[in-house]
Amino acid sequence: MAEGVKVEIVSPEVLVLSAEARSVTVPGTEGYLTVLGPHAPLMTTLKPGFVTVTDTSGSARSFFVGGGFADISDAGVTILAEEARPASDFGRTEIEARIAEAQKALDAASEIEDKQTAQNRLDIWKNLLLESAALSSTVH
Amino acid sequence: MPSLKDLKNRINSVKSTQKITKAMQMVAAAKLRRAQDAAESARPYAERMEKVLAGLGAAYEGRPDAPALLAGTGKDQTHLLVVATGERGLAGGFNSSIARLARDHAQKLLGAGKTVKILTVGKKGADILKRGFAKNIVEQVSLRDVKQLGYGTAQELGEKILAMYAAGEFDVATLYYNRFQSVVSQIPTAQQLVPAKFEKGESEEIKSGSAIYDYEPDEEAILEDLLPRNVSVQIFRALLENNASFFGAQMSAMDNATRNAGEMINKLTLSYNRQRQAQITKELIEIISGAEAL
Repeated sequence: MAEGVKVEIVSPEVLVLSAEARSVTVPGTEGYLTVLGPHAPLMTTLKPGFVTVTDTSGSARSFFVGGGFADISDAGVTILAEEARPASDFGRTEIEARIAEAQKALDAASEIEDKQTAQNRLDIWKNLLLESAALSSTVH
Repeated sequence: MPSLKDLKNRINSVKSTQKITKAMQMVAAAKLRRAQDAAESARPYAERMEKVLAGLGAAYEGRPDAPALLAGTGKDQTHLLVVATGERGLAGGFNSSIARLARDHAQKLLGAGKTVKILTVGKKGADILKRGFAKNIVEQVSLRDVKQLGYGTAQELGEKILAMYAAGEFDVATLYYNRFQSVVSQIPTAQQLVPAKFEKGESEEIKSGSAIYDYEPDEEAILEDLLPRNVSVQIFRALLENNASFFGAQMSAMDNATRNAGEMINKLTLSYNRQRQAQITKELIEIISGAEAL
């Protein structure tokens, strides 16, 4: 494995993508991270966000993942996501719907801990809205 | 002795039954293929999940700070049996074989003085288990309205079970379903969901390899995140296998029914022809003896 990295995106229902790529950017819980070539073994949980796969010719594709985890090893990057689909299918309206949902959950939460998680979730989705706008202006 | 007309009617009715069973067989065959595809495409996810968890779980085995979903509650007093069956009948022994397995286990547990709670998924299982275990059934989930079995369905179910676990309503959960072996053979299987159990041999090997892994956030947080998810994934896999098994069982049951109907038609046609011949012979004798008398 000189350059490139093998990437697989798997959802419970189907194998979404299995390809050879130059780099993969995944939305880790503790921040986005990009994997190039051979990477030290790493396991991270994911937050809802966009996975960007740049293939060997340099063109980028993105996928929406709704949380899950990524297993990075010699064998490549395996992303196990509960929900995964091409970002083009995941538009602004859907994100807004999720924001509304998260807001509702926040309003309903009474315990301080529940409030915290709901607030976090709301923030994630709000960020995602911005990211998605940035994404659609750069990649199609 | 039924009359000729009766026989004719019976032959016709068996013929139309045969048409129905034949059609059902073909529908089941088509659906089986789709269900099998779905089960197959779900396999990579479940396999990877299991591999990762086995590696992580092995490290926590026997440690007091292991998450509750892995270590259990420390008791095994209350058992939750999750029994997944079909929504419909006409599938040979499909539903009754799962129900029988669950019933045997329930009886054994009750005999040992444990408390048994039953959660049925699918209408048929509830119908069967109602006889004898009506007071043990805590909840019935119907999948009748679910057109396409998706992960969402399994997730809802998983969350329900986890909520029950969090509320301390049971100590051990076991899932009953039919594993799809082939079209003619489905194996009723019991799988322990909570606390999570992993294949021993496999985990040893991964354990040695996982030492160099970096975890982000830490191992414990990942495990906490994955274990509940694993429950849903296992349920999802079981439901898909069950679905494929159901259509497999239905296909072979309907194949049998079609063949039986064919045999029956042959038998009835034979006696119909015999009787008709007997009647003709009788008429001939009457004519001949009448002619001789002249």
